[in-house]
Amino acid sequence: MSTTVAPKVAAGPVAPSGGLLRRLRYLEPATLLWLLLVGALFFLVVWPVAELLITSFQARRTGEFTLSNYAAAYGRQRYVDALLNSLALGALAAAISAVMAVPMAWACSRTNMPGRGFAWLTVLAAFIIPPYLGAIGWILLAGPNSGWINQTWSLLTGSEASLVNVYTFWGLALVIALNSYPFIFIFTKSALDLISSEMEDAANILGAGTWTTTLKVTLPLVWPMMLAGIILVFLETIALFGTPAIIGIPARINVVTTQLWQFFEAPVRAEVAAAYAMPLLLITAALIGLQKLLLSRKGYVSQTGKGGERRVINLGPWRWVLFGWCVVVCVLSVVAPMIALVQASFSRAWGRGFSLDNLTLANYEFLLFGHDAARGAIVNTFVFSAASATLAMALALAIAYVVRRNLLPFGTALAFLCMAPFVIPGIVMAIGFYAAYAGPPLLLYGTATLMILAFTTRFLPIAYANGAAGMQMIHPEMEEAVRILGGGRLTAIRSVVAPLLKKALLGGWLLVFILATRELSAAIFLIGPHTRTISVLLYDLSEEGNFEVLSALGGILLVITLVFVGIGMRLIGRDFMLRRSSE
Amino acid sequence: MSKLVLRNLHRRFGSFAAVDGVDLALQEGEFVSLLGPSGCGKTTTLRMIAGFIPPSDGTIEMDGEILSSPQAVMPPERRRMSMIFQSYAIWPNMTVAENVSFGLKLRKLPAEEVRRRTGEILEVVQMSHLAGRYPAELSGGQQQRVALARAIVVKPSVLLLDEPLSNLDANLREEMRFEIRRLHDEFRITTVYVTHDQAEAMVTSDRIAVMNAGKIEQVDDPFSLYNRPRTRFVAGFIGRTNFLEARLVGDRLGLDGFELPAAMVQSAAGPGERVLLSVRPQSITLHHAPPPDDGDRVSVPAQVVECAYLGEHWDYVVVPQGSGTRLRVTAAPAQRHQPGEAVWVRFDPAQIVAIS
Repeated sequence: MSTTVAPKVAAGPVAPSGGLLRRLRYLEPATLLWLLLVGALFFLVVWPVAELLITSFQARRTGEFTLSNYAAAYGRQRYVDALLNSLALGALAAAISAVMAVPMAWACSRTNMPGRGFAWLTVLAAFIIPPYLGAIGWILLAGPNSGWINQTWSLLTGSEASLVNVYTFWGLALVIALNSYPFIFIFTKSALDLISSEMEDAANILGAGTWTTTLKVTLPLVWPMMLAGIILVFLETIALFGTPAIIGIPARINVVTTQLWQFFEAPVRAEVAAAYAMPLLLITAALIGLQKLLLSRKGYVSQTGKGGERRVINLGPWRWVLFGWCVVVCVLSVVAPMIALVQASFSRAWGRGFSLDNLTLANYEFLLFGHDAARGAIVNTFVFSAASATLAMALALAIAYVVRRNLLPFGTALAFLCMAPFVIPGIVMAIGFYAAYAGPPLLLYGTATLMILAFTTRFLPIAYANGAAGMQMIHPEMEEAVRILGGGRLTAIRSVVAPLLKKALLGGWLLVFILATRELSAAIFLIGPHTRTISVLLYDLSEEGNFEVLSALGGILLVITLVFVGIGMRLIGRDFMLRRSSE
Repeated sequence: MSKLVLRNLHRRFGSFAAVDGVDLALQEGEFVSLLGPSGCGKTTTLRMIAGFIPPSDGTIEMDGEILSSPQAVMPPERRRMSMIFQSYAIWPNMTVAENVSFGLKLRKLPAEEVRRRTGEILEVVQMSHLAGRYPAELSGGQQQRVALARAIVVKPSVLLLDEPLSNLDANLREEMRFEIRRLHDEFRITTVYVTHDQAEAMVTSDRIAVMNAGKIEQVDDPFSLYNRPRTRFVAGFIGRTNFLEARLVGDRLGLDGFELPAAMVQSAAGPGERVLLSVRPQSITLHHAPPPDDGDRVSVPAQVVECAYLGEHWDYVVVPQGSGTRLRVTAAPAQRHQPGEAVWVRFDPAQIVAIS
């Protein structure tokens, strides 16, 4: 075999110096890219979080180390109560969500309940409604005395007392749950979809009936996923600003997020807010860790996943009971609040109800042509959302590519930084951005740049999940086939990777765009006079109490959302929002 | 001069040596297989030839030019090679014709020539009628043909194949083996073929390099490899065999309970030394009565202990009298024996190999 002798290295056409040159040529761009990506992530993720920590330990004027911020943040009973309220609210909202979602998920996944498509659509609709629009809808429905439900009640019974009151702890929790239950539904249903019927058959053959099997076999199998969904609802709730602000503040229910907001009212006490945000950050990080642990154990669900045959369970008359439950959830979470909202937006006075002389377009006309801030806010919303979606997707894709193709050492560290904002509640991130970039040297306070950067960071994990999932679909050999035939890496990206990723990228972009149009908790801490968005304006209007104009603005946001969701469903598939955001 | 030379090639991943000193030289137009179990380093070797992995040590040379060394690696796109991947890597966003013509377009050939050569090669792989289809509309075998056409049409200096048939079903696999050999006979492209399937390697290759634990154990043509294995690994990996421990005593080879004349087996072993013999199951024959001693072949009495009928042949396990050795014997379907039956086994010295 070693019958021939090749020429010596030095005599060959490739001299060592040529090799060195070539080596430099192939190393340089990659190193540059690495530095660029590290720099971007440092700026977007690391520094704001670091600044949040530092600020919480700094005296305001002198910058000296101090613990007084923590003393101020936890020194008053009112502040501690707000913390406890948040935890209780999160637990209650998660519990109510589970009650709503688990039967629906089970019925949709495993039974012959009629209207499974309808139930699924309900969940999708509840998911795409911005939370604070649901809150406004429920104020119109269940406000004391004037709310539709109470008006109908007194009409029917002649009673003066209100039947329901949204301005209570339970009211607040219910309104939040009506918007968050889709998380538990998605998690539970996707786990149930993986269980083969043979699991249930095995219990049946041993003598267990349908209900025993469901309670003792099926549901325990999906318990980790269900719990992961419940944890997510809990975390969403304690980080939520809009609904607690709109309902909680008038009801005098103080929670962490609204308390943080109060620290930002003049005089701004950002350092106290930073200290006060720590429990939120720590609880989120810990519970996301717990959730990951739960999900990593789901192996025993997917074990029987593929190939297992699945049959629907025949519920008999019970299927109408479950269907009724889905209808109730649909009416409470989507139909009733949205009808109330839309009706108010077209009314001269919403309390006068559905009559022709009450019908008007004046509210929309006022917002679009009469109100100075509204048009600016709509334009801002589009610009910020589009810019941050583009930035986040570009950054996420570059990092996903580098990580998947192992182009750089420590690529996984980049991926970790990309996903890190996932454990940082939006409101906490906003405080970090405020502490890092509002003041000198960058002086970004009130600029569009600050808003766009904050949004980009906030949605970077979702963008990365999309980018990485897209990259995962492209076998490395697809690119290697280009290269061995004589195309460079850029040719491979242009002619193969980009065309194949089109859908995934578009889906990710639309998802970030839609979530950015409704973003409130990060925006409210960073806006200036010229950077208000629809969401912030909605909050301002809700403080004024003009529900007709408020509803009209909500209607505009709803239309924007529906249009872009429609585009996404048309181009990518009908479950593109649910699929990606639950990952 | 050799077309492609691998010289003392090493590749380490951390402390694990995936390729541990490989030397191999291919002549122009030669078809060589890298054959070995999974994890033996054959794919890593192939990917080093392609330029996707830099070597930790050693060089790869083509036409006397160094392509890869630990200091510098020419990127794959400049090697004028082509490759067929395990996943086929047919680009789903392009039609069959676009896939095949891609490499020609990269070489900036005139449009007329691109069209002509694409048409010709699709004719050769019998895919002309599907030129406008997208890969998702093709079967596995058809995708495989597209991959072959795409790799061959550019007339590469070296063609690399990475387990190209492992995702096909058994019948198609058999058909494609001959297809690959036919294309090689037609185009005479220097080829390196990675596989773990010995039948694949034997059908397609001029020579086979058997790899184990990062090293090449033996390079030979298929006939010599089967009949004259040089190491225990090669003898065991290519086909089935009986390994027999023997000791050279005088002019006899002493085995467990019986012995053979030492002259039967060519071995460099000295007196008293141990010898390992490889005896193929089909080189042993079974007889009801002691066969006539023709001086060349040796017979010993034995007993049948197990039998299995496989349609094309019988598998017997026999134990020579007074021995603990279990011999596997393949016999023709018509030759029937019962377990417990006394038989005579006869060895064909021409088919016994001493392994160093």
